[in-house]
Amino acid sequence: MGRRVLVTGLSTFWGGRVAQALEADPDVDVIIGLDTREPTVKLERTEYVRSDENYSILSRIVKATGVDTIAHTFLVVDSTTMSSRAMHEINVIGTMNLFAAASAAGSTVRKVVVKSAALVYGSSPKDPYWFRETDRRVAPARTRVERSLLEVESYVRDFARDNPHVVLSLLRFCNVVGPDITTPLTRALRLPLVPKVAGYDPRFQLVHEDDVVAALLFAIDREVPGIYNVAGDGQIPWSEVMTIAGKRGIPMPPFGIGLATDPLQRLGLVDFAPEVIDLLKYGRGIDNRAFKDAGFAYEHTSAGAVEAFVQAMRLRDTVGSDEVDYRYEEDVETFFRHSPAVVRDTPPS
Amino acid sequence: MADEDATDEPQGPRTTTAEIVPLRLPPVADEEPEPLEDPRTGDVDEWGRSERVRALVRKAYDPMYRNWFRAEWDGLDKIPTEGGALLVANHAGAIPSDAPTIMHGVETELERPVYGLADHFFKSAPVVGTLWSRTGGVVAHPDNAYRLLHDQNQLVLVFPEGSKGPGKTYNERYRLRRFGRGGFVEIAMRAGVPIIPIAVVGAEESMPILFKVPSVARALGAPYFPVTANMALGPLGALIHFPAKFKLRVLDPVTFPDVEPDQPRYSRSRIMDESEAIRQQIQEALFDMLRQRRSVWFG
Repeated sequence: MGRRVLVTGLSTFWGGRVAQALEADPDVDVIIGLDTREPTVKLERTEYVRSDENYSILSRIVKATGVDTIAHTFLVVDSTTMSSRAMHEINVIGTMNLFAAASAAGSTVRKVVVKSAALVYGSSPKDPYWFRETDRRVAPARTRVERSLLEVESYVRDFARDNPHVVLSLLRFCNVVGPDITTPLTRALRLPLVPKVAGYDPRFQLVHEDDVVAALLFAIDREVPGIYNVAGDGQIPWSEVMTIAGKRGIPMPPFGIGLATDPLQRLGLVDFAPEVIDLLKYGRGIDNRAFKDAGFAYEHTSAGAVEAFVQAMRLRDTVGSDEVDYRYEEDVETFFRHSPAVVRDTPPS
Repeated sequence: MADEDATDEPQGPRTTTAEIVPLRLPPVADEEPEPLEDPRTGDVDEWGRSERVRALVRKAYDPMYRNWFRAEWDGLDKIPTEGGALLVANHAGAIPSDAPTIMHGVETELERPVYGLADHFFKSAPVVGTLWSRTGGVVAHPDNAYRLLHDQNQLVLVFPEGSKGPGKTYNERYRLRRFGRGGFVEIAMRAGVPIIPIAVVGAEESMPILFKVPSVARALGAPYFPVTANMALGPLGALIHFPAKFKLRVLDPVTFPDVEPDQPRYSRSRIMDESEAIRQQIQEALFDMLRQRRSVWFG
């Protein structure tokens, strides 16, 4: 009897990558992907289910499919990509419905993996240089994405307390860079002049996208209940991140950036998340040792992640995008999956 | 039936993933993993300290240290040359000159770095905060101190008086303020490192505070805003220390052999007693040094 896994946010970068990796695992019998939009990556046997953004149909799906594992990769951590209300629907209401479904009577769910972000620790001058999983944030949460993630984590804690039979892993990732992912940081590093705050050169900690996916799979695969920070080793100054990227910085005034950029942001002229401004002033470090002690091994350090990102950008700038856009052809996939006309290999045992 | 029962079992750890997950999911490592490639271009460490910047500052500060303050150490051999230790000193002068003097002295004489813990106010200030951080300043947070002392065996300098030490006016000189809440003792206990008290004479007179302007301090978000005697020297005088003679006496290390490190909590009364004892030691050493001091400028 193999695993039955539900992946939320199938069309997000993480959902797609996790589903792809799960497809290659013969121990996983069923992969169900949930999202509002069609998947953007090539999938072979993942079943895509269209849902509304707050997963109100989730409890029916969980009941009908009897999934034992839920990978919740759909949390929005980049506030520039959508409105505050949409983010609230997805993060808070979506998670609430997810846990309601997972804890319903007769639920088959035995494991939940949640992808959260180190944003929950905030970024302030009073912070410890290395946040541990048990530390509370120092400065109160001011930005909406931070508040929404904190609310999500409070649901996670409640769920863990009420459902001790479920293995719950909450992974907090620091800023991700990598060849394929787009985040506020990678967007900033692709600009001709990289924004920095005059007079500040904070320490940054980064993690490679492959390490993020590997960490999610690690948590799906093994028993690692609890909260874990996921971040590359070492912290490097923002100036050094720019040096590795071969970019020059454009200094922004140290005071009143929020005031200055807010109207521009409303007009859609700049795309600058308020939580990034604090980060560019004070930085953030998280202690990744607990997850290492649980057995996880990283492939990249903080500086190594930046270097990998930069190398991929160089290649892309030279040869253009090496990937063909994938369009999810539902009928075709269904045909391949279910038609008796298709010759299938016997699944590996 | 057996299959159905199996589904209700919690999933045990499996061992087959290494071959089948294509993302190079590493197996649980038994041996020490190989160090990862780390393409660093600078030498700024995880605390923001740069040895290159520090060397530059040492070069620039050395004439100040030798010819201006003419710093003189007594008992420098009591500071260990390896292993973590918490240096604890009295703190004075509107812009404290004791911190750079102690850090410079220990780094040049013992050739090992010193990290100076200070108020987060420094980190929040642009330019100053970055420079402070590059030269070994670290925000005073128990976790930071523990990691430096216990995990990395470094020397850490702390002024338990906090900003109350340099923020006192000239007529209160060499009278130690409260040593916080004894947090430095708790950190040393938890990290299992000795406390090394240092008594500093000279910093008080290098930049004496005549009076303070609380309203400006509030507006700037600074711990205090001083009006110093040095300001009489003109606009730049506010930043220049008087050439008071510096004398530094290292006292006997204080250890806690009967206290287990890494405990979640320590006896509050024990902490306060030890903290007060160390304060007393430094205070007595200061009075002793002041008794022997013939001149503020020549020692």
